[in-house]
Amino acid sequence: MSKSPDTPIFIPALGGAALVLGIAFAVASRDYGSDRIETLQASFDTERANATAAVARASELETSVAELTAAADARIAAAESQIAAAESQIAALRDQVAAAGSAAPAATSVASAAPAAGPFGLGRTAHDEELAAWDVDVLPDGRGLPEGSGDVWTGEEVFAEKCASCHGDFAEGRDAWPVLAGGFDTLANPDPVKTVGSYWPYLSTVWDYVHRSMPFGNAGTLTDDETYAIVAYILYSNDLVDDDFTLSNETFLDVEMYNTEGFIVDDRPEAEYAMWSGEPCMENCKPAPVEITRRSTDVGVTPADDGSMAESPMEEQLALLGGTEWGKERVAGSVFMGPGGVAQDEPPEEERVASTEPASTESGAAEPDPALVARGEAVFRKCSSCHQVGEGAQNRSGPQLNGVVGRPVGGLDGFKYSNAFKAAHDEGRVWDEESLAAFLADPRGYLSGTRMSFRGLSEPDEIAAIVAYLGTVSE
Amino acid sequence: MKIELSRRALLRSGIATGMTAAAGSALAEDGPDPLITELQDWASYTGDPVDATPYGLPIRFEADVIRRNVPWLTADPLSSINFTPIHALDGTITPQGCAFERHHSGAIELAKENYRLMVNGLVDRPLVFTYEDLERFPRENHVYFCECAANTGMEWAGAQLNGVQFTHGMIHNMEYTGIPLRTILNEAGLGAAGDLADKWVFVEGADASSNGRSIPMEKALDDVLVAFKANGEALRKEHGYPVRLVVPGWEGNMWIKWLRRIQVTDAAVESREETSKYTDVLADGTARKWTWVMDAKSVITAPSPQQPITHGHGPLVITGLAWSGHGQITRVDVSKDGGMTWETARLGRQGDKKALTRFYLDTEWNGEPWLLQSRAMDETGYVQPTKDALREVRGENSVYHNNCIQTWAVGPDGKAENVEVS
Ligand code: HEC
Ligand code: HEC
Repeated sequence: MSKSPDTPIFIPALGGAALVLGIAFAVASRDYGSDRIETLQASFDTERANATAAVARASELETSVAELTAAADARIAAAESQIAAAESQIAALRDQVAAAGSAAPAATSVASAAPAAGPFGLGRTAHDEELAAWDVDVLPDGRGLPEGSGDVWTGEEVFAEKCASCHGDFAEGRDAWPVLAGGFDTLANPDPVKTVGSYWPYLSTVWDYVHRSMPFGNAGTLTDDETYAIVAYILYSNDLVDDDFTLSNETFLDVEMYNTEGFIVDDRPEAEYAMWSGEPCMENCKPAPVEITRRSTDVGVTPADDGSMAESPMEEQLALLGGTEWGKERVAGSVFMGPGGVAQDEPPEEERVASTEPASTESGAAEPDPALVARGEAVFRKCSSCHQVGEGAQNRSGPQLNGVVGRPVGGLDGFKYSNAFKAAHDEGRVWDEESLAAFLADPRGYLSGTRMSFRGLSEPDEIAAIVAYLGTVSE
Repeated sequence: MKIELSRRALLRSGIATGMTAAAGSALAEDGPDPLITELQDWASYTGDPVDATPYGLPIRFEADVIRRNVPWLTADPLSSINFTPIHALDGTITPQGCAFERHHSGAIELAKENYRLMVNGLVDRPLVFTYEDLERFPRENHVYFCECAANTGMEWAGAQLNGVQFTHGMIHNMEYTGIPLRTILNEAGLGAAGDLADKWVFVEGADASSNGRSIPMEKALDDVLVAFKANGEALRKEHGYPVRLVVPGWEGNMWIKWLRRIQVTDAAVESREETSKYTDVLADGTARKWTWVMDAKSVITAPSPQQPITHGHGPLVITGLAWSGHGQITRVDVSKDGGMTWETARLGRQGDKKALTRFYLDTEWNGEPWLLQSRAMDETGYVQPTKDALREVRGENSVYHNNCIQTWAVGPDGKAENVEVS
């Protein structure tokens, strides 16, 4: 935009006025005789009047020119500062778009670019106690470890009490629960066994995970010393330390893990991407005929649920495709090592149904308070990592609890009870509401030697609720 | 070729398969359709009043479009996974109610008023936010897919599960409303972190598993979101209500649910979920770690084992999903002969970056057997590999990151089966 768009319009007006004045004075200075002078005087007067008027007009015009120029300048300045503001806004938005990187595609319009980044003065400063409570992760170099210690033998005791019901006495894994020990040198086998010993690269991970996330269903309850002891025991179960070893924040870095060197940082970009890019093949991409080499229906592990699964063999189709035989061998060891790292060779015969649907009570006793039962069902979440109830309930790390009110203590044939439970069973003890309440308030206090690693329910109304709920579950 | 043609002719006439091609024809053989000629109940009586269902569920005829579990996969449903019914969905957005779930200690109930988010570590001011605080930051909307690294993980050693829900259903795609993680980090101040190039952000959940993952700072400042809404409404309990992390294009385990802590560190924490799990064992026993990105992948959702062809011969829509953690899907090809020849499918619409893209191949089927495959390409030029190509590089024990081309064998009866081909 030009800075003087309107000024040229005023120049002819000014020039015109000056010309008239100049003629008037030139005429007045000549000697033409008195009559002529008079005439001239008259005309001069007229001219002078005209000239004066012209001068007045000129100065008027000059003022308005000045005014208009000033106004124009002001407008120009305003426009310019607007442009500057817009330009810096665009630059800021560009920066934001750039900062947003691939998140904000190049085509993003200004209107949808990232909003302001702050700070906004929201939130409050964290207290030291809060940081201490939540900031507990441990890094490979041991940073984050609290002071403390525990030895292998203490660890064995705590492990037997709090972990063995799922992970086995020797960390070998019970039923389908994770195996924590052994499996050395199996990582290149068709069925690698990945354990703390055979696979985990850092000891910090074991301490951190056990401390924060175990025991399953009762996380965050281990003391620092218990954690040191348990981790020492897991190391011992993996032959990584001797039985006289004490793990502490000081001995921590002395422990060598077996598979620390077994990991490489993701190398897909170098190892794979170049090989798998570019214009792909569209025709005659492989030798004909294409044969089926494996079929999922040979494996037969798909849950049959809605009947919509294809189950018809493909012989007919194969015949049409060229009639070649395909490998019939069952895919060896093909069952998925699940996200939880747990594999079973065969699917369980009966599908587990963990229904917590309360069944109707057969006893003629007064109907239990439905609100209390509902509360009890919610409390049962604290038990469901080990116990099942309802239709199809099975023994897990704890016995199934259908009809437990009125059932003999330790009364299920298929479950391996502790000696304490076996003894109580032999004495002919039977669970009733009172004994259940006492047991659940303090399992070990009630039956010392029980394998139920549960610290007990402290709220009397939770106990009343769960007992009422257990009274409603039967086969 | 002659043989091929005559076989097709036979198939078309229905003799070879005994199938009649009448299904789907609007002109019923037995005369006028009573559904049209007779007055139907629903055209005469009134339906439900507006207050019958204050929050609606799908109509009962869709009752089988649900998440399903494969019980033998894990020891306990409390630490397990279920699968999105992708065989029965279309478009790209996954409804929250049927979007797959994976938790390590069950789905917890955490009320907004009990929610706290801590930011600590190498920051200028360690901060604590309430849920209400989070709603006062400027927020954004983005659509992203979330895929579990173990999706298709059961298929490494051979075709196993006969349904796309089970082979590819550990995925969902939602529109998230959330705050860029960089805004939250900026609020606490990154001055204390110094050079950001080698810094990390450790993120942790509030549930009993306290799942924690280390994310490199570069990604944290790029497109990661602290999200509290999905598809317009509050997150579901099973997806981390009230607040979860969204880590676009990267494996689902990093999308911390019930997000409670964000810590700036100078090293990866090497938590259980980034050492014992979510590392990929190669054939020689060494393992890849930090395999965060989900490479380009696609699968045909119909026809598929749970979605057989039931309408007889003639026009058929082949459809499926494609996605890439590296950005946009640029092209999807479909093969009907097990990968010998390919034709390019039509994208439902130009896909968003790191979001599901729907593709269609509008074609014709006349009973001929097909070996159906799809092959995705993304904006980096990457082409989805075959299963054999993947196995050649990685062996069969990787568990995670199986983005191979999937094959469905479609029989003359229209049924489909999960197979592997030569
Ligand atoms: C009620 C059963 C149960 C109890 C009791 C239990 N755990 Fe676990 N543990 C599990 C489950 C289930 C997992 C897998 C969790 C997951 O999938 O995220 C697991 C995982 C682990 C892992 C990681 C395994 C791997 O390969 O990644 C370790 C280590 C562990 N537990 C140690 C312990 C210790 C130590 C204790 C006792 C303090 C304990 N557990 C008590 C069920 C249990
Ligand atoms: C960490 C696993 C675990 C948890 C959690 C747990 N239990 Fe147990 N429970 C067991 C085991 C193991 C036994 C068998 C005890 C033995 O043999 O010493 C048992 C036994 C029992 C019995 C006796 C059953 C019989 O057949 O005699 C009852 C009743 C019971 N538990 C109720 C509960 C309730 C109610 C809860 C929750 C409030 C609960 N348990 C939590 C593991 C557990």
